[in-house]
Amino acid sequence: MGRPDWSQGAGGGPFPGIYFKRVGTMDYFLELFFGGLTRGSIYALIALGYTMVYGIIELINFAHGEIYMIGAFTGLIVAGVLGTLGFPMLGILFVALACAVIWSAAYGYTVEKIAYKPLRNAPRLSPLISAIGMSIFLQNYVLLAQTSDFLPFPKLTPDFAFMEPLRSFVSTSELFIIGSTLLVCVALTLFIKYTRLGKAMRATAQNRKMAMLVGVKVDKVISATFVIGSALAAVGGVLIASHIGQINFYFGFIAGVKAFTAAVLGGIGSVPGAMLGGLILGWTEAFATGYVSSDYEDVFAFALLVLILIFRPEGILGKDSTQKV
Amino acid sequence: MNNPALDVRGLCMDFGGLRALNQVELEVRQGEIVALIGPNGAGKTTFFNCITGIYTPTQGEIFALPDGKNRVKINGRKPNHVTELGMARTFQNIRLFPSMTVLENVMIGRHCRNRSSILGSVLRDRHTRAQEAEVVARSYEMLELVGLERWANELATNLPYGAQRRLEIARAMATEPFLLLLDEPAAGMNPQETLRLEELIDHIRDTYHIAVLLIEHDMKMVMSVSDRIYVMDYGQRIAEGTPEEVSKNPDVIKAYLGEDAHD
Amino acid sequence: MQQIIRALLVSLWFMFLTFPILVIKVDTINDIIVWRWMNALYIGAGVLLLQALWHAWKHVHALRKEDRDRDAVAWAVLVCLPVLWLAWIATRNTDKPLHVADKVFMILVAPLWLVDFLRSPQDRQPDWHDWPCMILFPPSLLVRAYLGLFRARGEAVSIPGVEHPNLLQTMLENQKAMRPLYLLLLVLAVCYPQMVEFYQTNIMVNFMIWIVLGLGLNIVIGLAGLLDLGFVAFYAVGAYAYALLNHHFGLSFWYVLPIGMVFGAVCGLLLGYPVLRLRGDYLAIVTLGFGEIIRLVLENWSSFTHGPSGISNIDRPPFVTDLSIMQATEYMYYIMLGLLLMTIFVVTRLKNSRIGRAWLALKEDEIACQAMGIDKTKTKLTAFALGATWAGLVGVVFAAKTTFINPMSFTLMESIIILSIVVVGGMGSIPGVITGALVLILVPEWLRGVEEYRMLAFGAFMVMVMVFRPQGLVSARRKVYQYDKAKAVNAHE
Repeated sequence: MGRPDWSQGAGGGPFPGIYFKRVGTMDYFLELFFGGLTRGSIYALIALGYTMVYGIIELINFAHGEIYMIGAFTGLIVAGVLGTLGFPMLGILFVALACAVIWSAAYGYTVEKIAYKPLRNAPRLSPLISAIGMSIFLQNYVLLAQTSDFLPFPKLTPDFAFMEPLRSFVSTSELFIIGSTLLVCVALTLFIKYTRLGKAMRATAQNRKMAMLVGVKVDKVISATFVIGSALAAVGGVLIASHIGQINFYFGFIAGVKAFTAAVLGGIGSVPGAMLGGLILGWTEAFATGYVSSDYEDVFAFALLVLILIFRPEGILGKDSTQKV
Repeated sequence: MNNPALDVRGLCMDFGGLRALNQVELEVRQGEIVALIGPNGAGKTTFFNCITGIYTPTQGEIFALPDGKNRVKINGRKPNHVTELGMARTFQNIRLFPSMTVLENVMIGRHCRNRSSILGSVLRDRHTRAQEAEVVARSYEMLELVGLERWANELATNLPYGAQRRLEIARAMATEPFLLLLDEPAAGMNPQETLRLEELIDHIRDTYHIAVLLIEHDMKMVMSVSDRIYVMDYGQRIAEGTPEEVSKNPDVIKAYLGEDAHD
Repeated sequence: MQQIIRALLVSLWFMFLTFPILVIKVDTINDIIVWRWMNALYIGAGVLLLQALWHAWKHVHALRKEDRDRDAVAWAVLVCLPVLWLAWIATRNTDKPLHVADKVFMILVAPLWLVDFLRSPQDRQPDWHDWPCMILFPPSLLVRAYLGLFRARGEAVSIPGVEHPNLLQTMLENQKAMRPLYLLLLVLAVCYPQMVEFYQTNIMVNFMIWIVLGLGLNIVIGLAGLLDLGFVAFYAVGAYAYALLNHHFGLSFWYVLPIGMVFGAVCGLLLGYPVLRLRGDYLAIVTLGFGEIIRLVLENWSSFTHGPSGISNIDRPPFVTDLSIMQATEYMYYIMLGLLLMTIFVVTRLKNSRIGRAWLALKEDEIACQAMGIDKTKTKLTAFALGATWAGLVGVVFAAKTTFINPMSFTLMESIIILSIVVVGGMGSIPGVITGALVLILVPEWLRGVEEYRMLAFGAFMVMVMVFRPQGLVSARRKVYQYDKAKAVNAHE
C-alpha cells in the first residue's frame, strides 16, 4: 500500500512554513512553535474523538482515523464541485467544512450502530477487533471508490494582507487551524459543562447503569458522543488537508495512531487531557524535528508516550483508577 | 503453644488524610476461631487487606507464626508471599476465576505448594506428572470437604451463589494455610446454608488445626461459632472478649444500635 | 409493512451516506469530476437486498427454535437462493477469469456459509425448516452427517465449560471423530508440496508462519490477558538476528534458530519489565509504541541494520546438496511443518500445565490470583518471554525463506493482523488460532482473483465475525479432569 510520507508533500510537508533553516534564531523558534501548535491542534481535534468515546464506552475507536480521512475526502469532493461552479474561496471553505462535518458525523453514527452497539456487553477485545475491521473496511472503501493516488487538495484559506509581517514564522492557514481549534475546544468544554446533553454524557461516562436508571437515554448519548467526535475530526481533516495540500486514503491511519497516543498521553477519558496531550505531542514533534533530527520524528513521539506512561500509568490528567477489593 | 498464630500491634492505615485504621491490636491464637465484627465502614476489610499485603500499613507491626515456632514480620510483603507463608483469604465480593472450571479454581490454590518447571511442563516427565496428579488429588479432596465434587468440571460462574462461596473457601484451603481469613462468608446465605457453613468452619478447625479469623455480620452465626470476638467501629477496636462478654458490652450496643438503646 | 418502510429508509440512509464518496469521483490531478449516479442505485438496491436476506434468515432461524407453521414468503426467498447457487455452479466456466457473479458469490454468500456453519444450533433434530438452509449451506450438512457416524442417536451434545457450542466446536470436541481427521490432515500436509505447484507451497509456508505468530501472541493475550499490540517487534528481532548473523559471521540457519528463540525471549523480558504496572488499554498503547519504535530504529539506524533498503542475500537453510528454488521451497515447507507441529505441541502442554493455569488466573482476576500465592511479576514476565520466543523463531524462518528483509515487513499492520488472528479465531484456543489464520490469511490468499475487493471483504469479515460471535470462532475450552478416588486412595497407602 502506498503510504504518504509526512516529511514530503505537495505543499512542502507538514511544516510548510519551515522555509528557512536558521537554527538558533528567534524566527526559527517561532516557526517551530506555531508549526507544533498547528500540528498539536489537529492532534487535539482527533484525540478528543478518541477520548470521548473511550470515556463513555471504554473502546479504542480504531476507525476514528478513517472518519477523519473521510471528512477530508468529503471536503475535497465538495470543494472540487463548488470550485468548478466558481464559488469564492471562503465560501467554499465553509460549505466544505459543513459538508465534511455532516457526512463524517453520519459515518460515525453508522459505524457505531453497526460495529459497536451489538458488542456493548461482549468481552473487551471484541469491539476492538470490530473497530480494526471497520478501519480496514473504510480505508479500502475510499480507496476503491476514489483512488490510491495522492490527491492535491486546494488551498481554501485565503491570505490576508495584515498577515504579511508574520509570514516568516506563521501562515494564515496555521492561524486558521489554531483559531478554529481554540473555538471548538471552548465550545466543547462549555457544552459538556452546561448543557443537558453534556451532563448526560458525563454521567454515562462515570456510571452507565446508574445513568440509565435515572432516565438518561444512554443509546442516544453514546450516539451523540460519536457524532460530536466525528464532527471534530472532520474539521481537523479539512483544515489540515488544505494546509498540507494533499490527501490520500491512508493518511487517517497514521494520524489516528498519533492522535490516540496523544489522548493516552493526556489521560484517556479526560477531555482537557486530550487537548493537552495533542499540544504536547505536536510541540514535541516540532521541536524534536527542528532541533534534533527529522528522521527520528516518530520515535520521539512514542518514546515520550512510553516514558510518561511508565512513570504515570494513567496519563497526565487521567484519573487513577484503583480497584476496590 | 501460646504463641499466637497472628499478632497485630498498633496497626494504622491512612488513605491520604483519612485514617481508616487507628492503633488496632488483634491476636488470633493457635486453633482459635476469632470473629471481627462491627458496623459497615468500620474498617474490617481494610484490616484484612493490610494483613494480607494488598495495602502496606502506615504504622504498626504484624507478626505471623507459620510453623508454630518462629515469629515472622509480614508488614509490606506482597500478597503472594503472605499466602505462601500460610495465610489464605476469601473475598467479600466473590472473586473466583469465572472461565475456569471449579476444579481448576481450587488447583490454583495449590500453585504455591508445588514446583514444576516450565521445561517439565512441556516434557511431562515423571516428576511433573506425579506433581500434577497430586495437585488434582488434593484439589478433589478440598472439593469433597466443601461438598462440591460433583461440579468439578463445571465452569465456576455457573455455580449457585452459596456454592461459589464454598468454592472460595475450598480454594483458600488448598493453599495449606495455618490461618484462614474469611471475609463475610455467610453473606447472602439462608439459615440452612449458614448452618452448614458453621459446621464447615468447625470441621476445618478441628480436623486441620487451622486458626480462623472471620469478618461477619450474621450475629447468630458469629455468637455460635467464635471463640473470641473483636469489635471495630470507625477504624478502632472498641471491644474484645468472648461472645457473652461482647454481647453485654455497652460500647458495642451503642455502636450497633445507637445512643438510645438502654438494655 | 412497517418493516418494508424501515428497510426503505435504511436504504435511503446508505445512499445518502455513500453519496459523496461513491457517486462523485474527484480527480484533482487532472481536474476532472466524474458523476457515477448508478452507484447510488446499486447501493440502494444492494442494501435492500441485504436487509431482505437478513430478515429471512433470522425468520427461519427463529422458526427452527419454535414449532411454527410454514411461512410461505420466507420459504420462497430461501428457495430462490439455492436455485441461484445451482445456476452459478452450472454456468461457471472455470477457464475464464472470475467475473461479476463470482465476485458477488464470494463476497456475499461464502461468508454467510461460514457464519451459518458456526451458528447452527445443536439442540434440535433437523427437520423440513432446515432444508433451505442446508441446501444453501452444504458444509454444515456434511459435518453433521460425518458426526452422525460417531455419535449414538439422541445422545446429548454438551461440552463442559462452553455455553452454546457451535457445529465446529462440537466437531472439535468429539475425540473419536477428530482422530481420523487429524490423521488425514497430517497425511495431506506431508503430501501437499508433491501435489501442488511451488507457488501454493509458498503460500502454505506463509500460512504456517502466521499460525505460529498467532500461537505466540495467544500466550500473551489469550492466556495471560496482556494486550500486546507490538508483537511484530519480536518477529523483527528474530528475522534481523538471522540476517545480521548470517551476513557478518556466516552463521547457518540451524545455529541461529535457537538463537532467534533466545533473542525473542530476552526481548520479551525487556518489554515486559517496564510495563508490569500498566493495565488493559494503556498496556496496549505502550506496546504499540514499542513496536513502532523498533521498526523506526530498524529503518533509521542504517549503519547497523542497513536501513530501509534492508538486508539481502540471506542464506537459505543448508541442505546436503544444492537446491533449486522449487526444491528449496519444499524444504522450507517441511522445516516449517516440523516447527509448527512442535509449537502446537509445546503450547498445548503449557496451556494445561501449572503455568498455564497461573496465566489464566492472572488474566481473570489479578488480585485474587496474587491472593492465591501466584507471583504476578514472574507470571507476567514468563508470558511475555514465552510468547515472544515463538515470534523470534519464525522470524528466523521468515528471513531464510524470503532471503531479503526490510523494515516494511514489520509494521503495525502486521501486529494488528496477528491480533486479529487470535481474537477472530477465538482467544486462548489453539484450534481457534489455526482457524483464525485459515480465515484471515489463507482464504484471502486463495481469493486473490477478487484482488481489489480482498481487503474490503477482509475488513467486513472481521466486523461480521465479531458482531455475530464476539467470543471468536472457536471458544477456548478447559481441560476435563478425571479423578478416580479409589485409585488415589490406594496410591496413598
